[in-house]
Amino acid sequence: MKRYSWLIPTLYILFLMLPIYWLVSMSFKTTNEILGSFTLFPTEFTLDNYRKIFTDPVWYNGYRNSLIYVSINTVLSVAVALPAAYAFSRYRFLGDKHLFFWLLTNRMAPAAVFALPFFQLYSAIGLFDTYLAVALAHTLFNIPLAVWILEGFMSGVPKQLDETAYIDGYSFPSFFIKIFIPTIAAGIGVAAFFCFMFSWVELLLAKTLTAVHAKPIAATMTRTASSSGYELGLLAAAGTLTIVPGAIVIYFVRNYIAKGFALGRV
Amino acid sequence: MSLELKQITKTVGADTHIYPTSLTLERGSFNTLLGTTLAGKTTLMQLMAGLEKPASGEIWFDGKNVTGTPVQQRNVSMVYQQFINYPNMSVFDNIASPLRVSRTDRSEIEKRVNEIAELLKIEQLLDRRPSELSGGQQQRTAMARALVKDSDLILLDEPLANLDFKLREELRDELPKLFAERNCVVVYATTEPSEALQFAGKTAALHEGRVSQFGPTGDIYRQPNDLTSARVFSEPPINVAHVSKTGAWFSLTEQTKWRAPKAMAKLADGPYTIGIRPHHVSPTMHVKGAVPIEGTVQVAELSGSESIIHFDAHGSSWVSLSHGVHPLRAGEPATLYADIARCLYFDADQQLIVA
Repeated sequence: MKRYSWLIPTLYILFLMLPIYWLVSMSFKTTNEILGSFTLFPTEFTLDNYRKIFTDPVWYNGYRNSLIYVSINTVLSVAVALPAAYAFSRYRFLGDKHLFFWLLTNRMAPAAVFALPFFQLYSAIGLFDTYLAVALAHTLFNIPLAVWILEGFMSGVPKQLDETAYIDGYSFPSFFIKIFIPTIAAGIGVAAFFCFMFSWVELLLAKTLTAVHAKPIAATMTRTASSSGYELGLLAAAGTLTIVPGAIVIYFVRNYIAKGFALGRV
Repeated sequence: MSLELKQITKTVGADTHIYPTSLTLERGSFNTLLGTTLAGKTTLMQLMAGLEKPASGEIWFDGKNVTGTPVQQRNVSMVYQQFINYPNMSVFDNIASPLRVSRTDRSEIEKRVNEIAELLKIEQLLDRRPSELSGGQQQRTAMARALVKDSDLILLDEPLANLDFKLREELRDELPKLFAERNCVVVYATTEPSEALQFAGKTAALHEGRVSQFGPTGDIYRQPNDLTSARVFSEPPINVAHVSKTGAWFSLTEQTKWRAPKAMAKLADGPYTIGIRPHHVSPTMHVKGAVPIEGTVQVAELSGSESIIHFDAHGSSWVSLSHGVHPLRAGEPATLYADIARCLYFDADQQLIVA
C-alpha cells in the first residue's frame, strides 16, 4: 500500500500540468504541425510565434493595455480599500456589519449584469475605450474583495499598537503610513495579488468597454481566425505569455497567501 | 504638581464602565490600580492617557485642564499586557520612535536609547526585530520605549501578566529602580494584591468601575475601609462570615463563640460581618485563641510549599492558605482554626468598624 503512495499525487499533478504543457508545447510548434499531426514534442521547434507577438503592435499593445489598466485598478482598489478596511476593523458604527456584507454581495453578481450600464454610462461621459474605464469597472469587484482581505489582516493587529503610536506622538496619518501599512504589508500584498488576478483574467467588461486604444490582450487572443486562417501556434504563445505575469506575482506573494489562509481570510 | 481626576465617568452605550471617580496622583509616586479583570483598570488608564475622553468630569495635570488635550500632546507613556512593539522596526528604532517623533537630535537619540537599553539589559538586541525576541525581551523593549522620553505620566497596564513566573519576578524586582529617580506619576495596574504590596506606594482598589479606596498600600491592606476593598485586596479571596453579637460575645454558630475584643465591646448587639484572610485560617491550632470551625474539606490543593484548602462549614465556604502539607482529603470532615484576633469587623453597611 505504502509503496504506491506517490501514485495519486503524481497523477494529480500530471493532470494539472497537462493542459499547461500542451499550451506551451503548442506555442513552439507551427500551425501546420498542430493541425497536421499528433506530436508530444514540437518536431519543428520555432520561436516565430513569440517573435510575432513581440514585434506586431496589435499583439504587444494588447499586453501593454492590459498591464496598464490592471495596474491602475490594483493601485486604485488597494488605496481605496485601505481606509475602508481600517474603519471596519477599528470602529463600531451603525450598520457596520450590514455594510460589510453588502460590499461582498457586489461580487455575487456576474460581470455581464454590469456590462450594459457601464457601456452606456462610459460612452455618455467619454470614458469609453480608455484604460480608466476598465480599471474603474473592475474596482466594483475588487474593492469589496480588497476590503475583506485587508480587514482580516488589520483585525489581527492589536488596537494597542495604534494607541502606542498615538502615545509616542504619532498623528493618525503618520501612524498609518509609517507604522500601520508596514505592519500589514503581507495583507496588502495578498489583496493586491487578488485584484491583479481578477482584473487580469476578466474578459467580458474589458472587451465591452474598449475598442481600439485600450483593447486588452484577452480580446486580441479571442480573435481566433485572421486573414491567414487559423493561427493556433500564435494563440498558444499569447496564452503562454498571459500566464507569465500571474505566475510572477504568485511567486512573490506565495508565503503571504498562506498567512492569509491562516488568518481565515482569502 | 500632580494628575487630578475630578469626578470623571466613562460610559459606552448604555453601560457605565467608570462611575464618578476622583483621584489625585502625585509626581514621584508609584500608584497601583488593583482590581479584578473588568474592574475598569484599563479604561481608567485610557482616560488618564487621553486615549479616551471621559463622559463627564475633568482631568487636570500640573494645574492645567487637559481633559480635551489629545494624547499626542500629553507626554505620557504606556506599556500594555500584550507585548506591543512596531513589528516593522528594529529594537533600536522601536525605542527611538518617541524621540524621533519629537525631533530629538540624532546623537541625543543614540545616547538615550543606549542608556535605557543598558538599564533594561537589552543592549545586545538593538539590531533585532521584535519578532525575533522572547516574550520577556519584547516587554523590555516596550518598557524601554516608554521610559526613553521624560514622560509626565507612565502607565503600566498589567505589564507582567503575560510573562512566565521567573521572568515576572525578575522584571518586578527591577521595576521600582527604573522609576526611582523620575519625577513622574507612575500608575501600575494589576490583578494581584501581592504585586501591589511589593511595590508599596499607593493603591487604588478598583471594583466594578468604582474606586473603593485609595491610599498608602499598607494601610489599605491592614485597614480596608469596607468589605469591597478587603475583597479586592485578598488573593485567595478573603473569608467572609456573618456573626452576631450578644453581650460580650460574638458567635458564628451556637458552638463557635469568642469574646469580643476591647474595641468592639461597646458595639450594640446584633448582626455583623467579619473578614478573615485565608492565611489566618489554618488546619492546625497555629495561634493561641484561634477559633475552631467544623466542616467538610472540598478541595485541598498544594502550590509549592503552601496548601490551599477549600472548606465548607454548614453552608458557608472558607479558604485556608497555610504553610506545609496537610493530610486532608476532599469530602472528609475536618476542623479549621481561624485566628480571630486578626479578623476585620464590618457593620451592616459593610463599612469597617475601626478599633
